Amino acid sequence: MTTDVASSSRLTGFSPIQYAICLKGIVWREGLRFLHQRERFVAALVRPLVWLFIFAVGFRQVLGVSIIPPYETYILYEVYVAPGLMLLIQLFNGMQSSLSMVYDREMGNMRTLLVSPLPRWFLLTSKLVAGMAVSLPQVYTFLAIAWFWEIEAPPLGYIAVLPALVLSGLMLGSLGMLMSSVSKQLENFAGAMNFVIFPMFFASSALYPLWRVREGSPLLYYVCELNPFTHAVELVRFALYGQINWVSLAVVGGSTTLFMAGAILAYDPARGFLARRGEPGGVT
Amino acid sequence: MMHGMMSVEQPAVTIDGVSHNYGARRALQDVSFSIAPATFAVLLGLNGAGKSTLFSLIMRLYAVQRGRIQVFGHDIGRASSEALRMIGVVFQPRTLDLDLSVTQNLIYHAALHGIGKHESRTRAHDVLARVALANRADDKVRNLSGGQMRRIEIARALLHRPRLLVLDEPTVGLDIKSRADILGYVRQLVTEDGVSVFWATHLIDEVSDEDEVIMLHEGRVLAHGSASRMVEAAGVKNIRAAFTRLTQAADAASEVR
Repeated sequence: MTTDVASSSRLTGFSPIQYAICLKGIVWREGLRFLHQRERFVAALVRPLVWLFIFAVGFRQVLGVSIIPPYETYILYEVYVAPGLMLLIQLFNGMQSSLSMVYDREMGNMRTLLVSPLPRWFLLTSKLVAGMAVSLPQVYTFLAIAWFWEIEAPPLGYIAVLPALVLSGLMLGSLGMLMSSVSKQLENFAGAMNFVIFPMFFASSALYPLWRVREGSPLLYYVCELNPFTHAVELVRFALYGQINWVSLAVVGGSTTLFMAGAILAYDPARGFLARRGEPGGVT
Repeated sequence: MMHGMMSVEQPAVTIDGVSHNYGARRALQDVSFSIAPATFAVLLGLNGAGKSTLFSLIMRLYAVQRGRIQVFGHDIGRASSEALRMIGVVFQPRTLDLDLSVTQNLIYHAALHGIGKHESRTRAHDVLARVALANRADDKVRNLSGGQMRRIEIARALLHRPRLLVLDEPTVGLDIKSRADILGYVRQLVTEDGVSVFWATHLIDEVSDEDEVIMLHEGRVLAHGSASRMVEAAGVKNIRAAFTRLTQAADAASEVR
């Protein structure tokens, strides 16, 4: 038992099976919690559906959409806006599952996670995978409802879009996790809405094609081009029609890696927010 | 659990010259002590004495700024996995998922230690029996009382069979009966299973004569030793009087400075 541990080695003594059990456990818990929060599911669906049924219908007459890739014909505005709304679901989901970790209510759960003996990068990555996983049924439910609204993608598109959604879900989740670690102001959801969700959503290609934006303001156009959310939307939009937007794939992949590395670094006990945040545990 | 190897055994916890600052504020100053295996050690101090900070350092939620912390000889910084595997923890705030059942909470925790579902079900049954809650295994945590939730948290902390159990003010906010129950269960772990317990509290009546006591005051260790010897040394009647005398002396000394 008292083995002479070569303690400098990074070996944790856990088998791949144990890693898998841990990942599975974290995803399983997130799923159970999601099932118990029915209001969250309803809210997650109502939000994009309001956009689709009300905003998009009203906007249809104002904004004509010409033929731009990946579309091959003239499309209704509702069709154009659908991928953006899928991403809106993931954006909210990512912010919610990541930011909720630092809300006082959830702080304890973050602690129980971090005191697991498995490596911290693995725990945080698992947490991200879990958050992303619960976004998928939400997005597909939205797609199903949209289908009845005659927003139809080619059948294969529904499968092709899955890897795109996995990647975009990870990107938005890791962004939320990174934010939760760096900024105190963003620790309430209203702050996240104002400073992250709205700007990201509006300054993107989610609601209007970028060539339209360019006509209005060249500066805003460049902002939109630099916004990773734009690329997540485009990645999903193209994937839904069985195509790959390579630029977007590169940007989303790069952003995910960057945000994830940042979040893992931020949760390193030596550097991260847990230490800078000061006092432990609210009370005392 | 671990009898018969006492002679070669490392201390359960070694704290060696640990200091910790939050910005300019000093939370811990040159704290050193160690706890022998299979002892019930009480970290006694008022609110703000630095108890929670010390816990967060042991659990590696914060990195050690100065000094060294070892758990059964494993450095918490360099060999954190080995160290964390040996520790079961009960935090001061509740950390259970209220909407999940007791068993689901336990299975999740076991998974965090790489323990599979089948094995964790067996273990869950055992640990729940220890805290006399086996009959509530399928209840939603939300429907339990505060004292029962704490007992679940203790059961959860035991799932991965740690050799050291650390508890941060585990009885705060509970009624007298629940407090006594919890203290009883945890003391039993020490005597029957040889688990080492590190129990932080500001409630002096939780200390009994044979306990190891570490008195922490404004980030410094004022005294360390068995409760009865501490009372003797201070020339007072009980541990409460000893605590009052020592903390007052420390306050007076810091005012002079």
